[in-house]
Amino acid sequence: MYRGQSGQWSWLLHRVTGLAILLFLLVHIVDITLIGFGPTIYNDAIGIFSLWPIRLVSLALIGAVLFHAFNGIRIILIDFWAAGYKYQSQMFYIVLVVTILCFLPMAYFVVAPIFGVCPQGSCSMTPM
Amino acid sequence: MAIKVQEGPKITSYGATSRPSGGNAFETFSWWFFRVSGVALVFLAIIHLILMHVSTDVSETVYDFVANRYDNPFWRGYDLLLLTLALFHGLNGLRIVCDDYISSRGWRVAVVSGLFVIAISFWLLGMMTIITFHRNMNIAQSILSMLGH
Repeated sequence: MYRGQSGQWSWLLHRVTGLAILLFLLVHIVDITLIGFGPTIYNDAIGIFSLWPIRLVSLALIGAVLFHAFNGIRIILIDFWAAGYKYQSQMFYIVLVVTILCFLPMAYFVVAPIFGVCPQGSCSMTPM
Repeated sequence: MAIKVQEGPKITSYGATSRPSGGNAFETFSWWFFRVSGVALVFLAIIHLILMHVSTDVSETVYDFVANRYDNPFWRGYDLLLLTLALFHGLNGLRIVCDDYISSRGWRVAVVSGLFVIAISFWLLGMMTIITFHRNMNIAQSILSMLGH
């Protein structure tokens, strides 16, 4: 019933994405601390986020946050909507589709600068 | 025949934990905190990602961008709320993971105590950064000016 079914995958993905987001959050709290040391140090340090390999890490983070957010709503619906448990596997597939639909346009904005396209008007691929 | 009611959260076949009833008050609080902070974080975190990666490219989110943003107290409050809810939601999640995989009670208590110290340390570090940020001042100058020097 459980092993190998959608419930197991949603549980595992929820856990793995949650831990990955937490790891990024702890790093992010430390990197943002550098803003208290002035523009030179801060801009030098966060310039790393403009590089293409770190843009790919950002993509993974965005995908993880979107999945974790939408699957979290699914868990809440299972908990609070009396008939929710009957639709848990359908809701899992809805979560996957909505995650992909939100991810693709966001990914375009993050990845386009790698190919020299700036959808926002200005962007850079190298630390300033 | 009496039906024995299982204590603590029950894992269902589809992986959700049922709503705790009675039992440990902290676990009941934790269960509700995950859901309430989770709903808030859906909006706070996704809007944060859109602002920092979509409406502005990440390469433009430099010192001046943050300084302009923090001229408005709304965004400091927004970031304080995001920091607080995300950090405690995430570390409480890691606590649950540790409960699942560490079978020795002694180690579990040690690890969860460590997580508590990490939670408070990172929370204070983040709060300090958001509250003391002052354009064109480093953190020491900013703290001194807040103290009236």
